[in-house]
Amino acid sequence: MELRRRQALTGAGGIALGGLMPGLAFGQGAPQRGGTLTVQIVGEQRVLNPAIQASTGVYVMASKMVEPLVDLDAAGEPTGVLAERWDSAPDGLTHTFHLRRGVTWHDGKPFTSKDVQFSAMECWKKILNYGTTLYLFLEAVETPDEHTAVFKFSRPMPQGLLLRALPDLGHVIPAHVYEGADIRANPANTAPIGTGPFKFVEYQRGQYLLAERNPNYWRGNGLPYLDRIVWRFISDRAAAAAAIESGQVQFSPYSGLSLSDIARLSKDARFTVGTKGNEGNTAHTVCEYNLRRKELSDVRVRRAIAHALDLDFFVENFLFGYARLGTGPIPSSSAPFYVPRPAPYPFDKARAEALLDEAGYKRPSRNGQRFAQPLKLLPAPWGEYTLNFATFIQQSLREIGIRVEIEARDAPGFLTGVYRNHDFDLTTGWHQYRNDPAVSTTVWFRTGSPVGAPWTNQYGYDNPEMDRTIDAAATELDPARRKSLYQDFVKLAIDDLPVHMAVEHAFISVYSKRLMNSHTNPRWASSSWADAWLAPA
Amino acid sequence: MMRLAALALRRLAQSLPVLAVILVGLFLLLQLAPGDTVDALMAQMGGGSAEDAARLREQYGLDAGVAVQLGRYLLRLASFDLGQSAIYGKPVASVIGERLAVTALFMSCALAFAFAAGLVLGVLAARRVNGWPDTLISTLGLVFYAIPSFWLGLMLIVLFSVKLAWLPPGGFETIGAGLTGLARVADIATHLVLPVVSLALIFLAIYLRLMRASMLEVMSLDFVRTARAKGLPEGKVLRRHVLRNALLPMVTFVGLQFSTMLGGSVVIESVFSLPGLGRLAFESVVQRDLNTLLGIVLVSALLVILVNFVVDLLYARLDPRIGA
Repeated sequence: MELRRRQALTGAGGIALGGLMPGLAFGQGAPQRGGTLTVQIVGEQRVLNPAIQASTGVYVMASKMVEPLVDLDAAGEPTGVLAERWDSAPDGLTHTFHLRRGVTWHDGKPFTSKDVQFSAMECWKKILNYGTTLYLFLEAVETPDEHTAVFKFSRPMPQGLLLRALPDLGHVIPAHVYEGADIRANPANTAPIGTGPFKFVEYQRGQYLLAERNPNYWRGNGLPYLDRIVWRFISDRAAAAAAIESGQVQFSPYSGLSLSDIARLSKDARFTVGTKGNEGNTAHTVCEYNLRRKELSDVRVRRAIAHALDLDFFVENFLFGYARLGTGPIPSSSAPFYVPRPAPYPFDKARAEALLDEAGYKRPSRNGQRFAQPLKLLPAPWGEYTLNFATFIQQSLREIGIRVEIEARDAPGFLTGVYRNHDFDLTTGWHQYRNDPAVSTTVWFRTGSPVGAPWTNQYGYDNPEMDRTIDAAATELDPARRKSLYQDFVKLAIDDLPVHMAVEHAFISVYSKRLMNSHTNPRWASSSWADAWLAPA
Repeated sequence: MMRLAALALRRLAQSLPVLAVILVGLFLLLQLAPGDTVDALMAQMGGGSAEDAARLREQYGLDAGVAVQLGRYLLRLASFDLGQSAIYGKPVASVIGERLAVTALFMSCALAFAFAAGLVLGVLAARRVNGWPDTLISTLGLVFYAIPSFWLGLMLIVLFSVKLAWLPPGGFETIGAGLTGLARVADIATHLVLPVVSLALIFLAIYLRLMRASMLEVMSLDFVRTARAKGLPEGKVLRRHVLRNALLPMVTFVGLQFSTMLGGSVVIESVFSLPGLGRLAFESVVQRDLNTLLGIVLVSALLVILVNFVVDLLYARLDPRIGA
């Protein structure tokens, strides 16, 4: 069988931000009821339950059916969904959520605080990826009445961190469906029952997922507008572009098309193409250094490699301009934590060569190679960004006398090679920022991650000062002090450079101009789409 | 009938060792691929803790040694249990069952089209050998043969779906249309036109060349001259004497090509988003879903054995000298 055609896993399975229901948007005419929205999905998911699996691939489908406690509004601020409001004790150990009344599950049963308790204690804390870390110190969720859920932590939890994590790590599933049996084996994991604007209809493996309008949706006011949503699994990106162009599909989320097709369709008047509405899903394309390799353990060598990359050229010619230079591990889209700064390692070949000379790796006249052995580079198979970046690094480093050998692998092979066996010198990678540095960013720099945990510090980087800064920031309750601690963190990360956060980008959406009220919050593709509507063809 | 059943059983028994070697070999081969299905799941999730991974490995039975896993698999197989699919969380048998119908329909259409068109074009070319129809047909055949099927598929989509909007660009049927009966058949048929043509053209080229050569060879034999000498009209000579004998190599080839087509459909199924076995196999490799992959290989191997058995029976029909 011909199984060689490799297919990159899309989008690196990132996690997303929140989505508010901004009532009606202006300037698009009156919303119309009806219609079927068809969405392209590159890869199928094993489960459609966002309470046990946190990834954009799950949210883009399941979050129309299952809702979180809190989402983000148009300005990126937390706004209540299943929670109406919340208050926190000054010690940061108790957070009380006042739940929305009159909400029912798709099966007709009422939504209560017991569902929140069950979801938090049994799913978010025990099973959900990133949730198991975030809720590690969650001791209990108390339910004084049916509409109040009190989260009790044994270690201070900053309110901002909790609220910004909840849109991703706070989806509520019905306790009465899941209780008393193996949660992972529950059939509702692939046939979700939630409180959302759309109800699950059917899931045909390899073909499509279909959901229809929930007529009893709690927001009322005629919401949702769409009658049905169809998610079609189209793994071939060229075929997906054809499906969009023929009008069969109206929306391709999360950079689901090839970059060259995206650039082509951006010139087509029928489509909107861009990163707006994806700011909450900002990621970095990175270069990780294995500090176990002698040459790379010298920070001057790592800096030299960073200086050797003409990233402006890379963004313009490889990423068609849909990116900007990275300025550290906290991206510019993160309003509460970002402090503007220039890209730390501007392209400077002379400086790169000088740094290498200084580190003792002179360019011998014999073969021009500074290192005795070439560097082994494993390109991350997360799509064009990381694959192209690997080639770009290889060619850039040849200019300064470093030979790089590329060893391409598929996803399981890559994760095993880099994060479990540490069998690499350089690797390109994908750092997904998830609204707060404590969710999934600081683990890239802190020591202590067990061997094999993907997307963590597996390059042998160890700086006690870094660990102290990270731990202090994670429990700091004062927002201003927290922000300043994360500035120290960014500075250390840039100076030590165990990983170079080279390029920063949001996912790219391609959608028909018929799709209205869309991309109205920073994580729109992962939000509920209750007020989206389709203009007539 | 009894003889036929006995023959089928004997064939199956002869194939068992081959099947066992294929399955064990594949199982061991896949152990060489770095990473397992939990790594693939982690990639999909965008991360997870080491404890999560360990618990999942236990759940999938990956914490045991290779020999133990293989032993477990073979034991299950002996009781006709293909195991659980890691990707879909369902029994492998039902996952394959869902896909088999699509692939079978799609492939038999492609095979039938390639065979019929190849036969007709081959006969036409042979009748006017070295004339303009022969040159035209042979050139076309060469072009079809040279075009990669995925590219052809994409170009057909661009032309017939994007530009002309005559046919749907992919999928197996219109989603949620609730069609039944003939309307559904017609709907599926319009969805299958482009993928069938894309897959069939390469094979058509092969059948065409084969048929032409085979016709020319048989036409030069003595019994054809005899048939002509006794005054049979040319059409009757071709139909009754030449065609029937020339078909033998074609039929052999169908059996051989059946397995190639299973592989060829991976690409076409991806391009046209068809929910077939090829795409399932591809997905299983990418996701390291061992049970599903082994299940597909087993089913495919059984299919190939079955088709070759039918081909043998056909021989006997076409040429009584071969006998059963």
